[in-house]
Amino acid sequence: MQCNLLTSLTSGEQATIRSIDAEEGLFQRMTAMGFRIGRQIELVRRASFSGPLHVRVGSTDVVLRQTEARRIQVSDTRPT
Amino acid sequence: MKRIALLGMPNTGKSTLFNRISGASARVGNWPGITVDLMSAKILLGGHIVELVDLPGIYDLHGFSDDEQVVRHFIEQNEIDLVMLTLNTSQLDRQLSLALQVRNLGLPTLLILNMADEARRSGVTVDVASMSVQLGMPVAMLSAKYGEGCQEALITAAATMNRSPHPAPEQLRAHLQTDDLIEREMDAIMASSVQMPMQMNDALSAKIDRIVLHPWLGLPIFFAALYVLFQFIFTAGQPLQNGVAWILGYVRGGMLEPWLANAPPWLHGLLLDGIYNGVGTVAAFVPLIVLFFLVMTMVEDSGYLSRAAFLTDALMAKMGLDGRGFVMLLMGFGCNVPALMGTRVMRSRPLRLLTMLVIPFSLCSARLQVFVFMIAALFTPNQAPVILLALYVMSFLATFTTALLFKGQFQNNEPFLLELPPYRFPTTRQIVMRGWHEVSHFLRRATKFIVIGVVLVWALTHFPGDVPPASSYTLAGMIGNALAPILTPIGIDGKLAIALIFGFVAKEIVIGSLAVIYGLSGDPLMQLIGQKLDWVQGFSFMLFTLIYTPCLSAIATLRNESKSNAFMWLSILWSLALAWVVSFVFYQSARLLGY
Repeated sequence: MQCNLLTSLTSGEQATIRSIDAEEGLFQRMTAMGFRIGRQIELVRRASFSGPLHVRVGSTDVVLRQTEARRIQVSDTRPT
Repeated sequence: MKRIALLGMPNTGKSTLFNRISGASARVGNWPGITVDLMSAKILLGGHIVELVDLPGIYDLHGFSDDEQVVRHFIEQNEIDLVMLTLNTSQLDRQLSLALQVRNLGLPTLLILNMADEARRSGVTVDVASMSVQLGMPVAMLSAKYGEGCQEALITAAATMNRSPHPAPEQLRAHLQTDDLIEREMDAIMASSVQMPMQMNDALSAKIDRIVLHPWLGLPIFFAALYVLFQFIFTAGQPLQNGVAWILGYVRGGMLEPWLANAPPWLHGLLLDGIYNGVGTVAAFVPLIVLFFLVMTMVEDSGYLSRAAFLTDALMAKMGLDGRGFVMLLMGFGCNVPALMGTRVMRSRPLRLLTMLVIPFSLCSARLQVFVFMIAALFTPNQAPVILLALYVMSFLATFTTALLFKGQFQNNEPFLLELPPYRFPTTRQIVMRGWHEVSHFLRRATKFIVIGVVLVWALTHFPGDVPPASSYTLAGMIGNALAPILTPIGIDGKLAIALIFGFVAKEIVIGSLAVIYGLSGDPLMQLIGQKLDWVQGFSFMLFTLIYTPCLSAIATLRNESKSNAFMWLSILWSLALAWVVSFVFYQSARLLGY
C-alpha cells in the first residue's frame, strides 16, 4: 500500500489516515479531535506563505501546522 | 448544599448553558479555554438551593493540559452530587468519548446534547432513548442559545441528583486511572443510535470560508472588516458620547452647584473639580466602551477569531508565536486581562510567556479612551482616524519588535492544532448580557480605582494649600520637577507626568486626572489641552501611554499566570524602556524636522 504524508495532498483531495506518529500528549489531542487510523481526511485548503493546513475529519474542521501534518501518513488519495 | 458540576468540551455552548441556568453574565466566547476561572452560581433546583460550578472545557478527562488537570483535581477533591455533561450534538461522533469517560467515574450524570438547533439544520438525528439506555444515564437534548428544552433538562437534573447517591471523592481518585475500552464502545453506540450524514452539509460555513480564508484575499478582508467595525463603533458612539456629556454638565450646573454653594471651598473643589469632573470625564466614554464590547462579543462568538488564527499563523510563526497568539492580541483590544488568562490554552511555557510578554502592547479599550480624548483635543476630525490607525499600527509594531527580540529566550515547539467551529450568530440575550457585564465592570473600577485615583491627584495638585493649584510649588509640581530630566527629552511636562504616574494603576485615570489637574472638563478641557500642548508633544504622550505598562490589574494577572516575579519585572521594565525609546525617537526626530 502506497503511503504519503498528509502534506502531500492538494486542496480538495481526500485520503484515509494510515498512521499518526506523535508523542502521548499530542496523540491524545489528535484523537480527541477525531484523528484516528482508518478515518477519512480531507485537505480543505492551505494558508499562504506555507502556513497551516485546514483539514476536515468526519464533521470536524481542524487547522494544523505542516510540522504536525507531517506526522500523519495517508493512503488511497482521491479527489472529492 | 448540593453541588452540580458543569462539564463539557470546548465550543459546546457550556458557558451559554451556564448563563441560561444561572442568569449570571459569564463571558461567552468561541475560543477554547475562555471560561478558565471556575465560576459558580447558586440556583434553585427541585426545591433546593444548589451550587452550580462551571468547569473548564476539556477534550479528554485523562489528558494533561492545565484545564484537564483542574477538572480532575476538582472531581477528586470536591463532593459532587451531579455532573451535567454538555456535548455538541453535531459532533457526537468524536465527543461521545467524554461521556463514556465520565460515566466510568460512577457519578450521577446527566448528558446534555446541546445545539439541537444546529444539529437539526445539518440533518443529525439522535435516538435519545436508545442512547440513554446504552449509556446508563439520562440524556437531554436542548438548545442553550434559544432556551429550547432547558426546563425539561433541569427537571431531569433534579430527579437524577436526588435519586442517586454519589461516590466519595476517595473512590473517584482510585477510579481516575485508566480506560481503553472507550473507543470501541463509542463506535458501537454511534453505529446503533446516531444517524449522521457522511459529510456534514455545513454548506454555509464552507461558503463563507471559501471567501474569508481565500489564500490572498483572506488577510485584506480581515483588515477591512476590522476597519469597518471600528468606523461603526465611532460613528454610532459619537452621539451617545455627546449625550452623556450633556447630562453630566446639566447635573453639575443644575443640581450639584446650587446644592454645594454653601460648602467650604475645599469641599466644593474636592467634590466637583476633583471627583465629579474626574469620574465624569471618564464616564463620558462609557457608551463607546459598551458599544466596543458589544461588537467584540459578536466577533468572538461568531467563530471568526479561529479563522484569524489560521490566516495569521504563518506570520506569527516567524516571531516565535502562533495564530492563537494573534487572537489573544485581538482580544486584548478589549481588555488585556482576559487575553492574558486566555494564554492558558498554550501548553508550552516558553510560548505562553512570550505571548504574555507581547499582549500588554495590545491597544486596550481603556487606552483607546485616552487616545480618543487626546486626538479630539489636538487634531482635526479629518486627521483623527489616521492618527488612531497609526497608534494601532504602533501597537502591532511594539508587539512584533518585542517578539522578535525575545523569541530566542522563549524557544518552543508547541504543536499548533486548532478546531474551526462553524459560524454562529450570538443571540440578543447574549449581547445584552455582555453589554451589562461591561457597564457593571466599569462601575466597579470607577468606584475603586478611579475615585481613589482622582482624589489623590486632586490632593497632590492642591497641597500645600497656600500656593496656586497645580503649580510647580504643589506636591504634584515637585514630583513633576523631579521627573523632568527623564521626561523633558520626550516632550512630557510635569502635569502630564502626574497623569502618567496614575495611569500606571488604570488608564481611565489618565483623562480623569487631566480633568482634575486643569480643573476643567468636557470641551473647555480639550480646548485648554489643545493650547498647552502641540501635536508632537501630544503624540509623544500617546505613544508613551500606549507602550508602558497597561494597568495594575494586567500586572497582577501577569504575575499570577506566570508565577514569576522576575517575569513580571521583565515585562514592566521592558515596556517602560521601549515606551521611552519610541517616544524619544519620535519626539526628537519630529523636532529636528522642524515640527
